[in-house]
Amino acid sequence: MAVAQNRLDVPGTRRQKRSLLARIVGTHTKFQTTRALWGYLFVLPWVLGLIIFWGGPILVSAYYSLTAFELIGTPKWLGLDNYVRAFTRDSLFWPSMGRTFAFTAVYVPAAIIGALLLAIMLNQKLKGTNIYRTIFFMPHLIPAVALAVVWVFLLQPRLGPINSFLRDLGVENPPGWLASRGSALYSVILINVWAAVGGNTMLIFLAGLQGVPQELYEAADIDGAGWWSKFRNVTLPLLTPTIFFNVVLAIIASLKVFTTAWVATKGGPSYATWFFALHIYTEAFQYFRLGYASALAWVLAVILMFFTWVQVRFSRRWVHYEGG
Amino acid sequence: MTTLAQRTTTTRSLWDLVRYRSGRAVLYVIVLALCIMFGFPIFWTLMSSLKTPQEMFAYPPVIIPQNFQWENYYQVLVIPRIPVQRWALNSTIIVVLGTVGTVVTASLVAYSFARFEYRGRNLLFIITLSTLMLPAQVTLIPQFVLFYNFGWVNTLLPLWVPLWFGGGAFAIFLMRQFLMTLPRDLDEAALIDGAGYFRIFWEILLPLCKPVLATLSIITMIDLWSDFLGPLIYLNSPEKFTVSVGLQFFNATPEVGGDPMQHLLMAACVLSMIPVIVVFFLGQRFFVQGIVMSGIKG
Repeated sequence: MAVAQNRLDVPGTRRQKRSLLARIVGTHTKFQTTRALWGYLFVLPWVLGLIIFWGGPILVSAYYSLTAFELIGTPKWLGLDNYVRAFTRDSLFWPSMGRTFAFTAVYVPAAIIGALLLAIMLNQKLKGTNIYRTIFFMPHLIPAVALAVVWVFLLQPRLGPINSFLRDLGVENPPGWLASRGSALYSVILINVWAAVGGNTMLIFLAGLQGVPQELYEAADIDGAGWWSKFRNVTLPLLTPTIFFNVVLAIIASLKVFTTAWVATKGGPSYATWFFALHIYTEAFQYFRLGYASALAWVLAVILMFFTWVQVRFSRRWVHYEGG
Repeated sequence: MTTLAQRTTTTRSLWDLVRYRSGRAVLYVIVLALCIMFGFPIFWTLMSSLKTPQEMFAYPPVIIPQNFQWENYYQVLVIPRIPVQRWALNSTIIVVLGTVGTVVTASLVAYSFARFEYRGRNLLFIITLSTLMLPAQVTLIPQFVLFYNFGWVNTLLPLWVPLWFGGGAFAIFLMRQFLMTLPRDLDEAALIDGAGYFRIFWEILLPLCKPVLATLSIITMIDLWSDFLGPLIYLNSPEKFTVSVGLQFFNATPEVGGDPMQHLLMAACVLSMIPVIVVFFLGQRFFVQGIVMSGIKG
């Protein structure tokens, strides 16, 4: 903006000779050049950060993924062998991948629909809405480790308060929750949905709902629309950008699920909650097979990028931007 | 005729009122049930932290202990081999240094993005945003190797030093969005008065950024306090642990001293929640604003 204005102020300068420095930084006057240099100075910490903590590591990680590297010593070149091993010889690779997708497939819709319903409820102008909002949000604030520790006790099959409550209701054989192979995965999903549903996702939906212009509802009222058709034809279309944003974030979060499973079950019982992120972690930081773990991390990264790309591509079909 | 018409409208509105009222009543019942659903686990933790070890394992389970054992909170701070105080100190160091680093450098970088024109700026900004999409796992391993070579493993340094390099894409984005809303006339006027670019930032723009600075600080503090994967990877001796990793260590070995200490584990859990909840309540307004801002404009 400023440059555009300055250009208008000094139209003659375009023809003048520009110094080499000005050419490099893409400016026209001396004033602009100085200004640009200050801009570079202020952005410098981040540029260094990007190189040291992002760009460098990404390249190095791509290289490691093609080697055998165990922290001590130099990486030994393997070519694509790590990837071949992951796809064909690692008995935990496909199951942990499948489990992560299963988690995503249940967690994302449950968290999104749940958060939307909570937000709609909080938007009804009930008395004490701020208190409810705070209570719904609480689980999101608890450190993930404390949350996992607490839920292990709550879901304890014999002594836990939840199964004792179920027995009081007359359930003969309440589930084994985290302790049994069949239900552990669902228990981890339950904990994560419980923690996430009243959190940021709900707040973002709530703001989205409050941003829907009141006139549209009034117009719908005049047309005699019921609550469902108001929701279906007014609220939902206007919320699609918010839903899209939340879905993208929820998918990224779900593919990285780690803490709850690691703390609550250590990936067990018998690998029932052994998610892909756990697999990467143990390969890298328990066995120090850094080359192989880098390959696994790249597989995850490619999947994530693919998901994001698909979503951005298909978003055009269903996401409705106002005035666009 | 008119009276009849009036009567039908009144009965109709009465019917509407009944429907509305009963709808509301149902809503209140649902909200109450949800409050129990979200609040009970926290309430239960609080109650468990005040139980005796026997009550912890009683059958049928005891929800509210007979006598509140407040001394559990004292005991948890002095258990041998479970240095809870040390963990709290370590977490505090990381939270303070990390948050200051994030706020200072992210706002400076955001100032550059929001107010300066130079070649490569837009490309750099797009790269910045795209780092949000990359899973941390990809950079984790080479970063670990880097810090290992620095000799920083089993120190707190890898957990806060990187935050002094711009604080991450989210922090920069949030600050930039806010700076963009401040009128440029402010800078131009100060510039004409002879203020330097850094002084404009420090003395004019930054004071106007207080709400977003509060937002960013709160979000960063909560994230750093709760972080688990980072400390888990870098810290390996108990006296170096943060609260999160310490809790998991305590959880895995609850019988270090011989007696079951699950009631103390619950007290430790409550202690780990307190700072976050206090920060949240102090800055609730800013916190909610920040989440919403990043969501709406993102």
